[in-house]
Amino acid sequence: MSGTQNESGAIGAKAGQTAGSSAGLADLDIDDPVDHRAPLILGAPTFHAITEAVARHLERKPTRGWWICFLASLSMLGLLGVSIAWLFWEGIGVWGLNNPVGWAFDITNFVFWVGIGHAGTLISAILFLFRQKWRTSINRSAEAMTIFAVMCALIFPGIHIGRPWVAYWMFPIPNQMGMWPQFRSPLMWDVFAVSIYGSVSALFWFVGLVPDLATIRDRSTGIRRKIFGALALGWRGSMRHWHHYEKAYLILAGLAAPLVLSVHSIVSMDFATSQLPGWHTTIFPPYFVAGAIFSGFAMVTTLMVITRKVFGMEHIVTMKHFDYMAKIMLLTGMMVGYAYSLEFFIAWFSGSAYELFTFKNRAFGPYAWAYWTMVSCNVLSPQLFWFKKVRGSLVWLFVLSIFINIGMWFERFVIIVTSLHRDFLPSSWFYFKPTLFDLTTMIGSFGLFFTMFCLFVRFLPIVATAEVKTVLPQAAAHPPVAPVIEFAENDSPTPGGRRLGLAPGEAV
Amino acid sequence: MGLLRPSLPPGDQFGALAEFSSPAELYHACEGVRDAGYTKWDAHAPFPVHGLDRAMGLKASRLPWVSLVLAMGGALTGVGLQGWVSTMAYPLVISGKPFFSWPAFVPVTFELAVLGGALGAVFGMFAMNQLPTLYHPLFNSQAFERATDDGFFLSIESWDPKFDPNRTVELLRQLGATQVDLVAS
Repeated sequence: MSGTQNESGAIGAKAGQTAGSSAGLADLDIDDPVDHRAPLILGAPTFHAITEAVARHLERKPTRGWWICFLASLSMLGLLGVSIAWLFWEGIGVWGLNNPVGWAFDITNFVFWVGIGHAGTLISAILFLFRQKWRTSINRSAEAMTIFAVMCALIFPGIHIGRPWVAYWMFPIPNQMGMWPQFRSPLMWDVFAVSIYGSVSALFWFVGLVPDLATIRDRSTGIRRKIFGALALGWRGSMRHWHHYEKAYLILAGLAAPLVLSVHSIVSMDFATSQLPGWHTTIFPPYFVAGAIFSGFAMVTTLMVITRKVFGMEHIVTMKHFDYMAKIMLLTGMMVGYAYSLEFFIAWFSGSAYELFTFKNRAFGPYAWAYWTMVSCNVLSPQLFWFKKVRGSLVWLFVLSIFINIGMWFERFVIIVTSLHRDFLPSSWFYFKPTLFDLTTMIGSFGLFFTMFCLFVRFLPIVATAEVKTVLPQAAAHPPVAPVIEFAENDSPTPGGRRLGLAPGEAV
Repeated sequence: MGLLRPSLPPGDQFGALAEFSSPAELYHACEGVRDAGYTKWDAHAPFPVHGLDRAMGLKASRLPWVSLVLAMGGALTGVGLQGWVSTMAYPLVISGKPFFSWPAFVPVTFELAVLGGALGAVFGMFAMNQLPTLYHPLFNSQAFERATDDGFFLSIESWDPKFDPNRTVELLRQLGATQVDLVAS
């Protein structure tokens, strides 16, 4: 560990010398002179220092820590392979499914993983449209997370259909039977929504990567230069290229923002358009989208707490970023809490005996343990984010993000299994218990996710360096000049001045 | 023009390459080169410098039109596919609804429109930028490697009507370039 610190110190010193070009502004490590907020990137790094901080990790041999993470993930991925192979060999009976619980871990995992992906798109697209500059430090890894999560999600509908060799029936492909998919079914909408979501996310991610791949190309030699050269498509930082590039990025953000909202809305319609008490409700689309963003931000937090530490990026992904993410988790956590309570209200207000039974049974029936795990993880635990101390503590952030991940997995389990296990006909009632292969398939999907993430942090720039450079103060063609604000004797200071702790009359 | 081959000036000279010390310097130099009447020139920076496209006098990108056309194409494909399948290829009566029950077709139509728009934005952008172009004379310059790290460059190509090896280099020096080189093609 001490070796890493020395190294980063040396690089910092070197960077200071080589990038004298912008040294005149390097002393701008004060608060932003316009609105007095703390800078997004700490330590007033030069442009070159940002490149170094990101690029050096993929130019050196992987650390032992990386190998441990990678091999652990890879063995979990192997578990997924074995579980799926056994499932295909033996059939769906290796899972604990039975009538009436025809969906359990498979669709729980599917909805969970699609939801995880949503924070990546929210950060890359919606926060971009809202001009939230803090997104630049985390958008690349969050987008990567989106793609890997969609990969995990797509496995489950593919393998749970019983006859996976005819999975292509889900797509509108001409076939010898003359049959076509049924486009009035939300399950069909789902096929389009999730696969297009994965494709557009991958395009968005690749477009963002191109300038950074060129950065790596220009720093390397030999075979690495050739590989990155081909991937970077010959990018040369041309302003005429940037001109179209920025427009393409804006369009992609504008398309991805409604797309991400539509995807989880459509996933929720898999349930909401059915006649089943507990599923048949109009609140599902917004409730699912809020839950998806909630769980996705929890996963980003989990990953970034580890990644920034391992890769020494504490000055790029700062506590301010975690503070913002914690506030989003607090907000979306309260949204799902509101949805949980509203479901009970509607169950009572609708006057439907079946609906009321379902919700009473959900909270106090055989799956009450799952319901209250969900409520305590999703509604109670994020309330701690009201405290600045909790938002500023990596330990608390990490622990709470894990709780939220668990809670959000249970939310999907509760919605799916508790609604199914009490059929209209009491003789069909059933208590679903997962088998070993339910569990190994779920663990295996985490293996796929973490294996992909390990490969990503090893081989690709994990921070969007070109975008981070734009939020440095010296990036502006017309650098802001610190205004001298003077207060009259009895004037109250401006909000900015108050935040700095200035007395009235004191200049900034 | 064309894939993998840059459009380059004829002859053995590509043009002049000047380096500037900061985005602000590059910004002012671009204004100077634009006002001097050059047309075949470019600026290079590791990130999109805010406002530099205006300093260069670039017109608004036509990319949104490409994206719009492909998005409309996606939407039409969605309506056409679902309408044709539901009314002609494989009509099914579902809950007594009409065969062309268009509200149920909205989600897939929307998703295909987004897909078309995204493909148009990405591949339209690459086409307008003539990428991939794996070789370019500027890559022969050692200093130019910093254009993707922390270097700010301005290049004027030799087929510009106003290009003159001596006077162009002199102009770039006057505009505050720290280093000016002539690049071979």
